[in-house]
Amino acid sequence: MAVITGVTCPVCGTFCDDIELIIENNVIVEARNACAMGAAKFLNYSAHRTKKPLIRKNGELVEVSMDEAVEKAAKILVDANYPLMYGWSNTSCEAIRTGLELGEEVGAVMDNTSTVCHGPSILSVQDVGIPSATLGQLRHRADLIIYWASNPWSAHPRHAERYTMFSDGRFEGSTWKSYLSRLRGVMSRKKIQRASNLVLKQDFCFTPQVEEGLPSSVHQKRRRTIVIDVRKTRTADAADCFFQVEPGTDYELLQALRVLVNDGELDVDEVAGIPIETLEQLADLLVNCKLGIIFFGLGLTMSKGKHRNIDAAINLTRDLNKRTKFLIMPMRGHYNVTGVNIVFTWQTGYPFAVDLSNGYPRYNPGETSAVDILSRDEADATMVIASDPVAHFPRAASKNIAKHPLIAIDPEVTPTTMLADVIIPPAFVGIEAEGTAYRMDHVPLPLKKVVEPPETCLSDQEILQRILQKVRELRRDMN
Amino acid sequence: MTELIIKNGFVYDPLNRIDGEKMDISIRDGKIVESVKEKANGINASGMVVMPGGVDIHTHIAGGEVNSGRLLRPEDHVKDVEVKTALTRSGVGYSIPSTFTTGYRYSKMGYTTLMNPSMAPLEARHTHEELADIPMVDKAAYPLLGDWWFSLEHIRDGLIEENAAHIAWMLQATRGYAIKIVNPGGLEAWGFGRNVHSLDDVVPHFNITPREIIRGLCKVNRLLNLPHTIHVHTNNLGKPGNYVTAIETMKCVEDLAQGDKPVIHITHIQFCAFKGSDWSTLSSGAGEISKYVNNHNHVTLDMGQVIFSNTTTMTADGPFQYGLYNITGNKWVNHDVETETSGGIVPFKYKRSSAVHATQWSIGLEIALLIEDPWKILMTTDHPNGGPFTSYPKILAWLMSRAAREITLSKINKRARKKSLLPSIDRELSLYELAIVTRAGQAKALGLKPKGHLGVGADADVAIYNIDPQRLDISKEYKVARKAFKKAAFTIKDGEVVVKDGEIVKPVTGKTYWIDVSTSMPHEINDDIKKKFREYWTVEYENYPLPDSFIHSSFPIPVKAEV
Amino acid sequence: MPKLDVLVLTGRTIEQGKGKEMGKLSKVYLDDVVQCNIDPQDMKTLKLKQNTNVKVTTNFGSVVLKAVKSPRAPHPKMIFISYGPWASMISDPRTNGTGMPSLKGIPAEIEPAPNERVLSLQELVNQLKMEA
Repeated sequence: MAVITGVTCPVCGTFCDDIELIIENNVIVEARNACAMGAAKFLNYSAHRTKKPLIRKNGELVEVSMDEAVEKAAKILVDANYPLMYGWSNTSCEAIRTGLELGEEVGAVMDNTSTVCHGPSILSVQDVGIPSATLGQLRHRADLIIYWASNPWSAHPRHAERYTMFSDGRFEGSTWKSYLSRLRGVMSRKKIQRASNLVLKQDFCFTPQVEEGLPSSVHQKRRRTIVIDVRKTRTADAADCFFQVEPGTDYELLQALRVLVNDGELDVDEVAGIPIETLEQLADLLVNCKLGIIFFGLGLTMSKGKHRNIDAAINLTRDLNKRTKFLIMPMRGHYNVTGVNIVFTWQTGYPFAVDLSNGYPRYNPGETSAVDILSRDEADATMVIASDPVAHFPRAASKNIAKHPLIAIDPEVTPTTMLADVIIPPAFVGIEAEGTAYRMDHVPLPLKKVVEPPETCLSDQEILQRILQKVRELRRDMN
Repeated sequence: MTELIIKNGFVYDPLNRIDGEKMDISIRDGKIVESVKEKANGINASGMVVMPGGVDIHTHIAGGEVNSGRLLRPEDHVKDVEVKTALTRSGVGYSIPSTFTTGYRYSKMGYTTLMNPSMAPLEARHTHEELADIPMVDKAAYPLLGDWWFSLEHIRDGLIEENAAHIAWMLQATRGYAIKIVNPGGLEAWGFGRNVHSLDDVVPHFNITPREIIRGLCKVNRLLNLPHTIHVHTNNLGKPGNYVTAIETMKCVEDLAQGDKPVIHITHIQFCAFKGSDWSTLSSGAGEISKYVNNHNHVTLDMGQVIFSNTTTMTADGPFQYGLYNITGNKWVNHDVETETSGGIVPFKYKRSSAVHATQWSIGLEIALLIEDPWKILMTTDHPNGGPFTSYPKILAWLMSRAAREITLSKINKRARKKSLLPSIDRELSLYELAIVTRAGQAKALGLKPKGHLGVGADADVAIYNIDPQRLDISKEYKVARKAFKKAAFTIKDGEVVVKDGEIVKPVTGKTYWIDVSTSMPHEINDDIKKKFREYWTVEYENYPLPDSFIHSSFPIPVKAEV
Repeated sequence: MPKLDVLVLTGRTIEQGKGKEMGKLSKVYLDDVVQCNIDPQDMKTLKLKQNTNVKVTTNFGSVVLKAVKSPRAPHPKMIFISYGPWASMISDPRTNGTGMPSLKGIPAEIEPAPNERVLSLQELVNQLKMEA
């Protein structure tokens, strides 16, 4: 039995690095400190994996040697006029660097999963910039935390514990205790209700709490948390205060707040379903905090307005800096989606949707982005790595992936691999192979190798390196 | 064993006091040697200038803030692209070139060593990953340590030796080269949106002043025997009247000097040499600063010259960048780093027609020309803050030619022209002096012994320019010289010809330098840092230091500390 | 049969997040991503019982899902589906020049479909192949 400490968790953008793994006979048997998602990966990653390369022959996937699979993949890429190489956010920066070299060699469009995640946030950063920080800065200093259209309880389970409401910093402490006492209040009300129902044999109801404006707890001298979302998420349950906005009206709400924090007046009764008096109180709260932070999620990027919603959110943050310190951060999903933007940018100047087909990097989201290219049926071959677009792209795009040769570098069986013509299963990065990845706040951390991969599995980087070599050989032969 | 001989060039090697002497330079296995065999490959450099490879003491080329700048500005890249060739990778250019392009473009100008001056320790991994993708040059990075909580607490408590040992740990952990201090105290204050405004302002929550931080780290630097001095970006940078702060900053370590050895490097001095009470009364503080520097030997400077261009400003000085955002209303990135530092980015256009920008342009050149000893003032633009490094040949032209300066002067804002001290300055730098401000002086200030000269044992990093000093009057024909400096006839890196006629002929990777300081108490320090780790940072102790295997062509320079 | 105009939200749930790490063939994943979370009032309007099948139709396609009472109610006239192959059958591919399709707030019509089957993952993939 071996205990390995300080392991980074290759699941979400929170990228916790304090996982302790217990390993017996090259198998992870326990994952301490991990959340439900992290534990699910560490303990089950291998359950449905593919171990040997596969090629589709006469409609059936058959096992082949690594060399044959690599050659086939290289041939597909060399033969294609406009290949798309997509994915990248669940692999190491080292693999991405090699991937970009391969993409350049074959003149591919390189796109990553941020295209369907925080791509609009990036467009907005390119419009107005972004005042942000590393997560520790917020742990130490933030006294007002806003989760806007993001639900860390479900998507980033340890975010609150490590960096925000339930974390302890130099200048601000955890609000765990006040959360517990509030929770106890709710529980005991429920108990009384149940008991009364039994005794009185009738429905006994507490008068529902209709508070005017904000609850008093948001005015306390401690860290406070606000959730703004279209539905009452689990995160909202844990917050001091929740605002339910009507779907598609975040933009109005953000702009209304901008007016209010700039001392303007709004001559309407409500915005986005929230009474104006409440909004005025909220604006006061924003202006009077010591350091505020907005964490925003896909609720803003994927709904109506897209990057314009983010423009408004960042502009609100910029405005607030005239009055106090205010920061904003996207809640990045995959553990290395931040890293893929970073590596793409340092090598090509652009974070996603990079078209290398002209021999130099070109960037025009909407034109050179994966969903658009696929929906217009322009890519005549696709290579997918460390991602599952067929599960997550609209069907209009997925069906065109199915139409042309498809290479999948993925250890898992997914809807994408189910359609693939070549499958090369790699070692799991962060478990069976090492590397580097970036937390959502741009902090780079090591991915660790804690167990040996199956003999037939190479790392993503090695596979890409082999394909690159083969591509160069094929090219040489052709000339 | 590979040998190479550069024949009949006019050699400018100021560290060895060689001033345009016609001689051969022999190279074996990447080093300069006394002589090589007859049959060694030869480069005919007759009618050309031979200099050591260029060294840049301060250029933002890699890491978190540089890359955020790249991401921020697609409009900066779209007009300037590099197509993939059989030898080179593709990329984009202008003010913040992609990594490969950065390496190629420097190399084409004859540069071989670059110092990345701004590395948040927590993000050191990022800086080194990018450095690994910058080909053609040797490189190093300075970790930002002036607002590190350990520094603030130790110095406040008078624990200079402890701090020195902790900083030794940090240099090792981040694979850093020198102690970088940016707006000391101001970055911590910026954590809550505040700043410090003089050397004696108290840093909120820490009860320490910028003066104490600078003096403390200057002492630490001495205790550690680091090859470079503390590398300081002053308080009040970019504010009218700040030349006073710059002089006070230099003064505050005067008594710590030992002999003629510098103890402080003030970087991008142009941005700290503003006289006047506000923007409308802005004028040059170059006279005062030059006077001070001419009378003191404990300080070196680099220019931070402004180029009229559309560029991208980026510093760890969060409050300064916020100020710049307020002035311009432009897009703005802020990035505060827990327990360590901050950072900001704002695109910026320097316009000839602006009195302020034109005055800034003038100040940089005034200082470079008024400081008599070229070893004290090095040529930089604080790339990309004053302008992109690709403009260096323009600056050289202004330095070597009064005529070149006059042409630009005639095009700038009238008010700025009237105030400019440049018309009163006749000085024109010689090729020997240019070699000092672009390589010899830079390497000397850095304490980088194998660089910046062509003596036996030096690294065989050589630049050959198509300038015939016997025929060309560079003062008059500065345009020809400018062109020659833009495209080196040859660049030789570690004894190999990597650039010919301004084009890459051989892609190579360079070394990464860092200072490996040995102290007497590494274990105690380790334990102390480990104990406080979770309290201070949000990553685990064991994931913070970079393993040596991570560093691309790691090249530690061993140093023995006095603690 | 009653019908209702709704907005579709797609998103992450902890079960989907766990499930995707356990494998796209795992029960945890497959159970979660075929659920259509509906407001209890809307369930009544549609005369739906827990776990009966519903058909959701948008301008971009339709899909059969399993109706469940939303634990996150109230959110009248909004249905929630976890990210996954089923949700993708009805999402809006238009990116408005951003690269990002519209995955939240898609107008849809929902109706009970007691006689229709939720497709298996293989069937869904086959359907895509056929369309290609």
